Amino acid sequence: MSRKFGVADYPLAEKRPELVKGKGGKALDDITLEAVNRFEVSMSDLSITAEALVRQADVARDAGRVTLASNFERAAELCDVPQDEIMRIYELLRPGRARDKGPLLEAARTLRETYGAERMAAFVEEAAAVYERRGLFRFRF
Amino acid sequence: MAANRWRRFADWDDRPLRLDRFAIEDAENGFAAFRSPHDPKPSIAIEGGRVVALDGVAEADFDMIDIFVARYHLDVAVAEEAMAMPSSEIARMLVDMNVPRTELTRLAHGMTPAKLAEVVAELNAMEIAFAYSKMRARKTPGNQGHVTNAKDDPLQLAADAAIAVALGFDEIETTMRVSRNAWANAVACCVGASVGRAGTLFQCASEEAEELRIGMAGFTSYAETVSVYGTERAFIDGDDTPWSKAFLATAYASRGIKMRCTSGAGSELLMGFHEKKSLLYLEARCLCLQRAMGVQGTQNGGIDGAPVTATVPGGVRELMAENLIAVWLDLECASGNDARSTESEIRVGAKILPYLIGGSDLICSGFGSILKYDNSFNPSLLNGEELEDYLVLQRDFEADGGLTPIGEERALDLRVRAVDAIAAVFEALDLGAPTREMKESVVVASGSEETASYTPGEVARISEAIRERRITVLDVIRALDAKGYREEAENLLYVVKLRISGDYLQTSAVVRNGRIVSAVNDPNDYLGPGTGYRLTAARRQEIAGIRDVLDQETVMSQEAEFARHVAPGLALRGMGAAAVGSDPREVVIGVSPAFGVKLYRTLSGIPVDDLLRALVKGVGEGGGIPRVVRLHHTADTSFLGLSAARLSGSRVGIGIQSKGTAVIHHADRLPHNNLELFSNAPITNIRHYQMLGYNAARHAHGEIPEPVVVPQRGEAMGSRYHARVALIYAIETSLTVDGAEPEEISVSFEEVVA
Repeated sequence: MSRKFGVADYPLAEKRPELVKGKGGKALDDITLEAVNRFEVSMSDLSITAEALVRQADVARDAGRVTLASNFERAAELCDVPQDEIMRIYELLRPGRARDKGPLLEAARTLRETYGAERMAAFVEEAAAVYERRGLFRFRF
Repeated sequence: MAANRWRRFADWDDRPLRLDRFAIEDAENGFAAFRSPHDPKPSIAIEGGRVVALDGVAEADFDMIDIFVARYHLDVAVAEEAMAMPSSEIARMLVDMNVPRTELTRLAHGMTPAKLAEVVAELNAMEIAFAYSKMRARKTPGNQGHVTNAKDDPLQLAADAAIAVALGFDEIETTMRVSRNAWANAVACCVGASVGRAGTLFQCASEEAEELRIGMAGFTSYAETVSVYGTERAFIDGDDTPWSKAFLATAYASRGIKMRCTSGAGSELLMGFHEKKSLLYLEARCLCLQRAMGVQGTQNGGIDGAPVTATVPGGVRELMAENLIAVWLDLECASGNDARSTESEIRVGAKILPYLIGGSDLICSGFGSILKYDNSFNPSLLNGEELEDYLVLQRDFEADGGLTPIGEERALDLRVRAVDAIAAVFEALDLGAPTREMKESVVVASGSEETASYTPGEVARISEAIRERRITVLDVIRALDAKGYREEAENLLYVVKLRISGDYLQTSAVVRNGRIVSAVNDPNDYLGPGTGYRLTAARRQEIAGIRDVLDQETVMSQEAEFARHVAPGLALRGMGAAAVGSDPREVVIGVSPAFGVKLYRTLSGIPVDDLLRALVKGVGEGGGIPRVVRLHHTADTSFLGLSAARLSGSRVGIGIQSKGTAVIHHADRLPHNNLELFSNAPITNIRHYQMLGYNAARHAHGEIPEPVVVPQRGEAMGSRYHARVALIYAIETSLTVDGAEPEEISVSFEEVVA
């Protein structure tokens, strides 16, 4: 599992198809039109997994793109965070939505404790500190 | 009243250019492209691996953008080395084909926004274009198109999406007139884009949260509406922060959706928060921020700010420079060339050329594949109206602009298929039942003004239903297949499956022929002539294949067809060798070798018998005696005329080619110093020829008549006719025989000449 992937493994769907699986565990070859017609494929089967994002992070880092790799690693942490939760936290991060650090720190705690999203939690905490310093907790509407 | 104005200025006032407004350079008010006195000097201070000062700002005074750039963009292992290098030296490396791209991207990761801006400002427009071509991330160029219409009509969206796909756009982008229509637009475009070929990426630009929801339902495959700004106050006014936008970027990646940010010169200026900085410096901040966020790419080059940027001196060069910074930072670049920054077609052509010949990941971040009035983003630099101009530019410069010509029949077939497919999906999902009239009106319509289809209000109900019933791409795939659109169902499934591996999340990824092509597996390896992207023979042939191209066979068969109608009525009978005449009133008309033998009409469409009749008549009216000879030794107008003159009793003759070029010559003159010449055969009419005959006769009488002037309005005769002329003239020259004697010709017209 801890094998690092690189440029030579890319595109993974071509070079390492055996590793490419959706969230429901289905391989690419299992996701056929027939399976869709039999209602055997869900949107979750068409979702990227944290493992896939970490592999893409490896590829990006091997290609010299460290910031892109970091984003993929953060994204891996959000894979299993529900959509509504993501949109709620995004909304909180917009200027003036939170009146003080509290709601952001609370969101960070949820990310860390509920979803094990350590990097994202730290990222939201960092935002809270910066917003406080730059006076973003102010009335907007 | 005395004239008080040179009227040329009035002419200039009437040109489209004068609809453009220009602004004076004024850094205090934000109107400065490359340099403002308020731009900081590049600087950096690093203590213990931490950036403690950046472009003249100490850490304690960092704004949000500085903080984000310092923490996430700047590579402290490179920064001191890169910042210490003279900007002029780095500028030279950018245009040095021997310095690999990777070395330059490494250095860029250690440079501050002010440093990046200072370096590219050293380059002139040509150097920027060259550096851009060398530095762009993916080797193979591509393009993106807008697919929208003024009614948000889903039938037309499907048809136009299918066309955009056939034209070769790697990505298509839609947006709505009415925001509620986002879901209907998304379904219509993704169905249309599945017609003909698989793999075109699709986005639906809408409100951030809604756009992500539409992506989650599987209809879209990329996003680029995540805007960033170069000042903190503009950012906040845009209702975001670097952290909120970075969070959104991560959210897209976590859903397996390709994403790029949007930025561009002029946005801060338009938003009123420019802080008196130059456009380039502010954009350099945006770009460092985007790399810091970890997005794979950017859409920049002015974008919505392109028009205001183009109002200042050097503004267009600035747009090129900011694209260069993007690719230098190793970001995918959808290089603007979208919001139409001018009403001048010359400025449009000049703007696009460097990108066309240099290539770009996506040359336009929205080529208007539809008509201007149908573009819901606002008209693009290039639109449906000008699409063929662009195809021809590709062909002219043998440059891959990402598009491929399509034929009329194929286009119609695709439109029928796409409209039927979306109608079938609507029926299968109980979203609507478009009538035959609606469908037929859309298939042939160039734009929405010609359709009798859905209104925006009707679309809103469809859109709300898609949203409320939580219809997903799987429902649409099943609907397509159930209604017999299996290929489209497969194509759509293919695109949705891309997100599982995440391969297309890497920098500059597009799909070509069922394969992901990105900066990872198709890196730009330009190192001078013969390297980097080159057209393959097959691709060159595609680009060359525009419609309605002349070929010899077609031109000859058209001439032969005409000849079948005309030839029987015309008899030019050879009567043996032509002698020199002695009558001082004589005017010899020397016709070319193919005249009335293989070629039967002039370029203005006058049948050669009518032409000859007019000349003969004119000579007679002028008191001359016409005599017709055929010259076999030359097809050149001057020599036809001179040879005719030397056979003429008056020493005045007329030379005439089949294509209608005619001359009056005198036997004592030098070959190219004639008496009168009709060089513009396509605009020479029958009356002109008759007057030419008359004048020749008056010359024969020793007069100097008023020359016949064929009025022209500056038509580009060469572009209109020369290809045809060359093919036709080759017939004339093929019949010439060196040293052959002139031949006396007896003319008889079908009808009796009165």
